Amino acid sequence: MIKNILNLGDAALYCDFGKEINRETNTQVIRYFKSIQKENIVSINNLSPSYNKLIISFDLKKTNFKDLKKLIENLDITNEDDLENKKIEVPVCCDENFALDIVRLENKLNLKREKIYENFFSKEFFCYMTGFIAGMPFLGDLSKNMRAKRLETPRVRVPKGSVALTEQFANIYTFESPGGWNVIGNSPLRIFDSSKEESPNLINPGDIVLFKEISKNQYENYNE
Amino acid sequence: MKIIMSKNYFQVIRAGIHTTFQDEGRKNLYHVGIPFSGAMDKRNYLLSNKLVGNKINSPVLEFAYQGPLLKYFGNKINIAITGDVNFRIKKKDITIDGNCYQSLNLEDGDEVDILSTNKSVYGYLAIGGQIDLKYQWSSCSINTKASIGANDGKKFENEQVINISKLNNHSVEKKLNYINTKIENIRIIKGTNFDYFSDKGKRIFLEKVFIVSKLTDRMGMRLEGPKIENVIDTNIKSEGLIKGVIQVPADGNPIVMLSDHGTIGGYPKIGVVISADYDKLVQLSPGSKIKFKQVDLSSAENLFKLYDLETQNLISQIE
Repeated sequence: MIKNILNLGDAALYCDFGKEINRETNTQVIRYFKSIQKENIVSINNLSPSYNKLIISFDLKKTNFKDLKKLIENLDITNEDDLENKKIEVPVCCDENFALDIVRLENKLNLKREKIYENFFSKEFFCYMTGFIAGMPFLGDLSKNMRAKRLETPRVRVPKGSVALTEQFANIYTFESPGGWNVIGNSPLRIFDSSKEESPNLINPGDIVLFKEISKNQYENYNE
Repeated sequence: MKIIMSKNYFQVIRAGIHTTFQDEGRKNLYHVGIPFSGAMDKRNYLLSNKLVGNKINSPVLEFAYQGPLLKYFGNKINIAITGDVNFRIKKKDITIDGNCYQSLNLEDGDEVDILSTNKSVYGYLAIGGQIDLKYQWSSCSINTKASIGANDGKKFENEQVINISKLNNHSVEKKLNYINTKIENIRIIKGTNFDYFSDKGKRIFLEKVFIVSKLTDRMGMRLEGPKIENVIDTNIKSEGLIKGVIQVPADGNPIVMLSDHGTIGGYPKIGVVISADYDKLVQLSPGSKIKFKQVDLSSAENLFKLYDLETQNLISQIE
């Protein structure tokens, strides 16, 4: 449930679902997101679900904070478990040329790379949200011994396809972008496809992701 | 790239620093990771279309600082430029200085040379007719970060062409008396993490002068000035961002999110620029001074109503 609704500027509602970041809280956020989406409220022009927040942007010519807040508070939110949880396998090549931060990570976590990859590839990840850059999935949760901080100085260019870790999360860089996450491999899989307007993102909030290791040869000959 | 030219077209002789096609932008895609994009200065965008008799939400050329040099081939066409822009029209035997907010005709072989935006950033060139463009999610706005929109999502390059599929019927010359006013005070509403900052930090934010840095583009505006001290946490759990949000990272220098911003961020939000001041904000060029002034929500709502009314009045003055 929404704990509190504040205004973010004069044209957005900031809905807080509580401090905890876990799948239950996030599932609530996604339920609200999907329920509001279904309503097709014309004054709403964007929705941003994240771990434990939902930001609702609106057209200030059509409504205002007070009226839209009332509308959202009185909305029927489906509580049924009707969220689709697609399972998606993502191939990752961990060749040294791709695993830009594996040495750094071995030191940070005090774990050998074999152990890091073993932990990573045996885990089922949950997609909490997508964004920052188009289609980038934020996936959790890494076990406690796998959690590292961001790079002290972020890279100006993280290569497209990079698979990277920070704190309890993993992500995939869908475009070349600046970024400070610890890169451990690269996926040849196309995660964002702008030609598919209906569903440009391969991975969506609520989906389950499994990473599968592939060789350099498989990476180079990868065919979707 | 194979260049196909229609009967009426512009040739881009010089692309300019950052020239793109823009319209009203695309909505309801934040959850995918795609921002609004669209024309940065909405008022000047709408006015440019009205001046050439287009639907006011038609695509236009947006340029920053130095604009493009275009050569026109085809039947007589109407164009208009808005903003605070120095430009010239080169005809066969004469070169004339152009006036903004005034429609003008181009004939076969004429050139438009957009020299610079004057102490501002963005200008708009509307073409009286239909430009042949690719739409994605109902918008042709170019988002270069995600390679979305017309022109394969890329900014203009030298030697490309702009094909016009249909010319507007010829109408009388249109003109508007309008001068862009510059503002130094940008009004804000307190952000959701305002209390992450020390009392001194809050005072600095609301009372001191900041300078727009060179690291400013369609994604964001970085500011320099006295450091804003954080006393709680320099990170928050990543969450959504909107246009106008002012984030303060660990280095204490504020960053304002603009139309092509990343959709998720993890820095505390100290404030949000009010909707009424967004068009003016984006026109502040590097080196400009900026001061934030706090207003409450109901004032912000009223100020937006006034601003929007003023824009509608300007549009209706063009007939």
